[in-house]
Amino acid sequence: MITLKVNDKSYQVDASPDMPLLWVLRDLLGLTGTKFGCGVAQCGACTVHLNGEAVRSCVTKVSRAQGQNIVTIEGLSLNNDHPLQKAWAEFDVPQCGYCQSGQLMSAAVLLRENPNPTDQDIDDAMSGNICRCGTYPRIRQAIHKAAEMQKEGGKS
Amino acid sequence: MNDQKTVSRRNFLKAGAVLSGGLLISFTIPHANRLLAQDAATSFAPNAFLQIGTDNTITVILSHVEMGQGIWTTLPMIIAEELDADWDKIKVMHSGVDKAYNHTVFGIQITGGSSSTWSEFDRYRNAGATARVMLTQAAAKRMGVTVESCTTKNGYVIAGDKKISYGEVAGDASALPAPQNVALRPPAQWKLIGKGAKRLDASVKTNGQARFGIDTQFPGMLTAVVAHAPVFGGKVKSFDASKAKAVPGVREVVEIPTGVAIIADHFWAASQGRKALQVIWDDGPGINLNTKTQVDAYQKLAHTDGLKAAKKGDVDQGLAKASKVLKAEYVFPYLAHAPMEPMNCTVKLSDRKCEIWTGTQLPGLDQAMAARILGMKPEQVTMNVVFLGGGFGRRATMTADFVSEAVHIAKASGKSVKMIWTREDDMKGGYYRPMFVHRINAGLDAAGMPVAWRHNIAGQSIMAGTPFEPKDGVDSTSVEGIADSPYMESVPNHFVGLHTTKEVVPVLWFRSVGHTHTAYVMETMIDSLAHAAGQDPVAYRRKLLQKSPRHIAALDLATQKAGWDKELPKGRYKGVAVHEAFGSYVAQVAEISIDNGKLRVHKVTCAIDCGLAVNPDGVKAQMESGIIFGITMALYGELTIEKGQVQQSNFYDYRMARMNEAPEIDVYIVDSTGKMGGAGECAVPPTAPAIANAVFAATGKRIYNLPIMNTPLNHIS
Repeated sequence: MITLKVNDKSYQVDASPDMPLLWVLRDLLGLTGTKFGCGVAQCGACTVHLNGEAVRSCVTKVSRAQGQNIVTIEGLSLNNDHPLQKAWAEFDVPQCGYCQSGQLMSAAVLLRENPNPTDQDIDDAMSGNICRCGTYPRIRQAIHKAAEMQKEGGKS
Repeated sequence: MNDQKTVSRRNFLKAGAVLSGGLLISFTIPHANRLLAQDAATSFAPNAFLQIGTDNTITVILSHVEMGQGIWTTLPMIIAEELDADWDKIKVMHSGVDKAYNHTVFGIQITGGSSSTWSEFDRYRNAGATARVMLTQAAAKRMGVTVESCTTKNGYVIAGDKKISYGEVAGDASALPAPQNVALRPPAQWKLIGKGAKRLDASVKTNGQARFGIDTQFPGMLTAVVAHAPVFGGKVKSFDASKAKAVPGVREVVEIPTGVAIIADHFWAASQGRKALQVIWDDGPGINLNTKTQVDAYQKLAHTDGLKAAKKGDVDQGLAKASKVLKAEYVFPYLAHAPMEPMNCTVKLSDRKCEIWTGTQLPGLDQAMAARILGMKPEQVTMNVVFLGGGFGRRATMTADFVSEAVHIAKASGKSVKMIWTREDDMKGGYYRPMFVHRINAGLDAAGMPVAWRHNIAGQSIMAGTPFEPKDGVDSTSVEGIADSPYMESVPNHFVGLHTTKEVVPVLWFRSVGHTHTAYVMETMIDSLAHAAGQDPVAYRRKLLQKSPRHIAALDLATQKAGWDKELPKGRYKGVAVHEAFGSYVAQVAEISIDNGKLRVHKVTCAIDCGLAVNPDGVKAQMESGIIFGITMALYGELTIEKGQVQQSNFYDYRMARMNEAPEIDVYIVDSTGKMGGAGECAVPPTAPAIANAVFAATGKRIYNLPIMNTPLNHIS
């Protein structure tokens, strides 16, 4: 059995140590907000936070996550009120929406580390997340907006 | 547009019967809609577009599916406008399969062809208007006032100082006869249509709650992956499942018509099982397929005249008399749609029924195919259509490919299964935008205007083998954007010919379909002709497009906003393209730089004439989306085949445009009273040629083979 702490909740899972965290989250814990897009750390749809760092859960063995602090999209905020989530809704960012969990999880780390990101910073932090619907221009706008909201105390 | 129009389809309108206090408006004879019956917690079977609950919730039922294009918001806007609904009380759901939800023009239940808004505009307006009249009548009676003294606002019927909510009179309203003559709101009174509303699906798509097909889970469900033949058209000769079955979590291995399925407790076990599975394949003749030989063969074909798709005057004579003849040959590769959500389908089988969860653009056809495979009647198969994690045409196959495959697995194993394709399965699994070769001889007169144009196209037909197969052998999706181009119309002597090839590779419509290649050919050729004529590319286009004011309106708006006549900063170059697709006219100006051979698209200025833009910000979002999609296609999109196998497998060798490659995009909507067109696809076609024309401006080099990344670039200045 492997002990996992996900979104402040403790879970015991019966999984082989090399099973990717993505499939543990989705198939064993039922946390389907984290998405499968490529399986090889190319698209970022599976991005979660491991001790506050954005990792690609599709290539992260569950053994590496054991006992660590895991946050998924379901745990990004209590009431869908992270500044990024609010900005995402304000700019109507999502289209099909499939990649957006990963986009948000990547952006959340960027915004925490860099409260005032430039366009270049956004390029650097977000280019690992593919959006086939092409929502990049709105993601960029929304990150800038969330940065403003965070400055004004909108942080949840 | 449809200003003071009354309900034109009133003969089809009738109010559904109602149980326990809900009003339903339906358009055909009501019968079972399981989805709604569950949701309403009644035994009522409505077959409708709208349900008003006694708790004042308003449920809009979508005949078209949400795959990113925003129809989850646009159709409710249209209904709410006429209903005077409280926008905050709107709930939305996909319909089940029912004739009532057939496309108003295409006749089957389909989301495609950039048609969801224009094809439902009248039907959803009528649904809302009829409901409002009936609610008003019921409320007037309840309040003891005349109908004429009542108005409606935000979910209430109001008469003087009295008001009553829609929910309170929903039951009464449902007992009334459907009105025969319902006036629609004149545009001057519109509060939503043409103004816009926020996406109703934004919230669930930011917190992980949105349910896609791949998120389906229920007790007892297993997960399957399939080992497919590596070569197109290949079959299983024999297989040994012993090692696969030894993988912990693997439950069963079954042969199905498309390969061998490994069924396991979860995806990871199934995929490990697939690695351990040993299959001997019968490759079949597909083994001989190579991109290079295919291109050679298509090029030979394109040197001869194909089946006539368009003809005017005498092209031989026209070319013989021309002052100058330009020749060009273009090659376009196969393309995979690569929606972010890989193909998947979940099937739950019991004795006499089958339940399916998937994201699909063709639920009715999927249902029929599933029923055929299972020996059931279609009504024994329930389709639960969830959010689509991207479609782009891939989730609309006439073979119902991924649904059929999942049903076969369930049938062969007797298990409830969720079948998941990996990214590699998707990339190598066919159903591509076909490969095409175009060859053009274009003759100019002394003034530099085209007087003769011979154009031959070679490639596979998307429609061949489907019920839509053309009788005359000319698949319109292979020649659209050329045979019907206003440029071609303006050329007095022209011939457009089509060679339809046959290959083992399954092909499919792909966002903007034939326009993906035809717009590129036309818009780069016209640019070449303008250059040969020594004329400005915009002025040259305007001359040729005189009979098409909507092309010109889009072109003028885009070039004016982009500052076409102004000098760009050093190192920046611009290109233009304008193209009509799916009833909308889109012009784009791309601004690029080339630094050490690396192309960068800095800015795209886009103008669209789509007639009435019901949700303008939604239209803008689709333009942004199409442009990024077009950039991917222009710069990177290419699948190649060797010995019958696709050489690319995932995003590292089938690249997508990323955040750092996304240009600034400015979108402008032409204020237009023209016929409504679509928005989902029409932004894709002009992007690649606008970029390529900018590359020409920078380098003097014409790109004839896509993607652009295959051509080394060095600018001339």
